[in-house]
Amino acid sequence: MFLALRELRFARGRFALMGTVIALISVLVVLLSGLSSGLVNDGVSGLKAMPVTAFAFDEGTMKDNAFSRSVLEEDQLAPWRDAEGVQAAEPMGVSIVNSTTDDGKQVDLTLFGVDTDGFIAPKTSSGEGLDRADGIVVSETLKDDGVAIGTVVTLDRIDVELTVVGFTEGQATFGHVDVAYLPLETWQLIASNTAQPGVPTDATVAAADYSLFSAVAVQAKDDADVDLAAADEAAGTTSMTLTESFNASPGYEAETLTLSMIQVFLYVICALVVGAFFTVWTIQRAGDLAVLRAMGASSRYLLRDSLAQAVVVLLVFTGIGVAAGVAMGAIMPDAMPFELEAGPIATASVLTIVLGLLGAAVAVLRITRVDPLAALGGRR
Amino acid sequence: MNTENTPALEIVDATLELGDGDSRVRALDAVSLTVRAGEFVAIVGPSGSGKSSLLAVAGALSNPDSGSVRVHGTDLSTLSKGASAKFRLENIGFVFQSGNLLPALTAADQLRLAGRLAGNRKVDAESVLDSVGMAHRAKNRPGHLSGGERQRVGIARALVNAPSLLLVDEPTAALDRARSHEVVQLLADQAREQNVAVVMVTHDHDVLEHCDRVLEMVDGSLGAVRTA
Ligand SMILES: Nc1ncnc2c1ncn2[C@@H]1O[C@H](COP(=O)(O)OP(=O)(O)OP(=O)(O)O)[C@@H](O)[C@H]1O
Ligand SMILES: [Mg+2]
Repeated sequence: MFLALRELRFARGRFALMGTVIALISVLVVLLSGLSSGLVNDGVSGLKAMPVTAFAFDEGTMKDNAFSRSVLEEDQLAPWRDAEGVQAAEPMGVSIVNSTTDDGKQVDLTLFGVDTDGFIAPKTSSGEGLDRADGIVVSETLKDDGVAIGTVVTLDRIDVELTVVGFTEGQATFGHVDVAYLPLETWQLIASNTAQPGVPTDATVAAADYSLFSAVAVQAKDDADVDLAAADEAAGTTSMTLTESFNASPGYEAETLTLSMIQVFLYVICALVVGAFFTVWTIQRAGDLAVLRAMGASSRYLLRDSLAQAVVVLLVFTGIGVAAGVAMGAIMPDAMPFELEAGPIATASVLTIVLGLLGAAVAVLRITRVDPLAALGGRR
Repeated sequence: MNTENTPALEIVDATLELGDGDSRVRALDAVSLTVRAGEFVAIVGPSGSGKSSLLAVAGALSNPDSGSVRVHGTDLSTLSKGASAKFRLENIGFVFQSGNLLPALTAADQLRLAGRLAGNRKVDAESVLDSVGMAHRAKNRPGHLSGGERQRVGIARALVNAPSLLLVDEPTAALDRARSHEVVQLLADQAREQNVAVVMVTHDHDVLEHCDRVLEMVDGSLGAVRTA
């Protein structure tokens, strides 16, 4: 480190220039990571919160948007209930609607029709749970839109009126749309297209002749493995584990893939920038290195010194970049799906440093090719 | 082996060929040279006559194709690459054209780095710099030193690990006359005081008066010119 640190001080302008690029890359990496986490939460927090092992959709349903595409019949539920290792299997209705609150605000909702006392019924942070036919439990994030307990939400076009009776614990969104839980029977009434304008009652709900739903939510017994393929076979369904089902939410796969790809590009750019810098830097120092080698310095000593230099630069400037990125993330507007999470940020920082070091390592390897003879006069 | 009478440098019949095919040249042709501790030998000769090649062979940077090279009794041809680097650190000092100091290091740090490379972390840089009259510039980087000052620091750096052999390649090439005399006088003084053998390659006939012996290299062969 003796030489490394003194060179850093001596050539601080050059190192700062490269370091700034690393810092900017780190800022971008942090912002992308925050955006990524934010989009994931926005896309599937409604699913993530569920104590579900797997979802089963109608056989052959296209994976993308499977939740709102799939249509299941009542008799497809029983095979899942009977399947080995299954604790509970419940029907779930999913649809996305436009609606207007009683103070005229337009909100989009993902309706999750569930058994009001089943295992996927929502836990509430305030208000009551689901019990009345026209009651909905909505995502806490809707409070930002002025929605409160008692707010009446009117579904566009069919004019069905629902009343907010509670809020979920934390964010519950699906495909960037806030979730509204409601009793499955009410969901079926709405899905049947026979709902009369106004407030649905137990009587109108019971009168609806519609028993279809979107998916089966499956919960495995503790420590039990459910044979999904066998149950699928019996029920005529296609199932996905909870994490697989994220990809079945609208746009999820496209968004996360795009962001991951940009992140990968940034890592590659970081490796290339650091590699290019250290290549030029090593070539610039070739004369000095030849002198050191002639004096008797081992290549190993010089390699170690140069890598230590790269580590210092990467640590310092990645640190600066990450700090700046976190600070910028903290002042992001609420409208942006942005979530700073320690885990992904740590991973991103480590990857930036490791990839940068990889670039530096490839570059400083040319130290081993420095010929100490070059130090003697007339051969430089 | 390392008795008083062992010569600091003993080259016997060293031959070195460089290049391939048609461009193959005999850089050293059966060169023999013995230098005692404390002796200051100058080597002159036209460009391309093999002077740098001689230093390379004496300094364990190149192995001769035939013949032998011993430094303070050690046969250099028996050393592996790593061992010869270590041997250079401990036994051979190099002084290069215009000093070849590291631009990032102060004068004192140049010496400290040389010490550290040889595993000595407690180099008294100030006193070694003082012995070459450079103690007052210890905190200056090469960019803020004159050519002569740089060369003095280069000499101090070469001496820091107390080598038995000092190899000097055209130390006055970038200096004016007065400065050249000072630098070569310094080398002559150090050779005597530190009892170190010095082999200096130079084009500068003005400075030969400070040397104990002057040899001339012509087409790879070494011969006597005169005795000072
Ligand atoms: N790497 C090499 N490959 C081929 N030939 C070389 C190489 N290095 C030197 N030579 C040749 O070997 C001969 C001796 O070179 P050397 O550098 O020892 O001369 P020199 O006396 O130091 O010259 P100068 O005074 O110009 O420094 C020259 O003819 C040179 O062209
Ligand atoms: Mg030469």
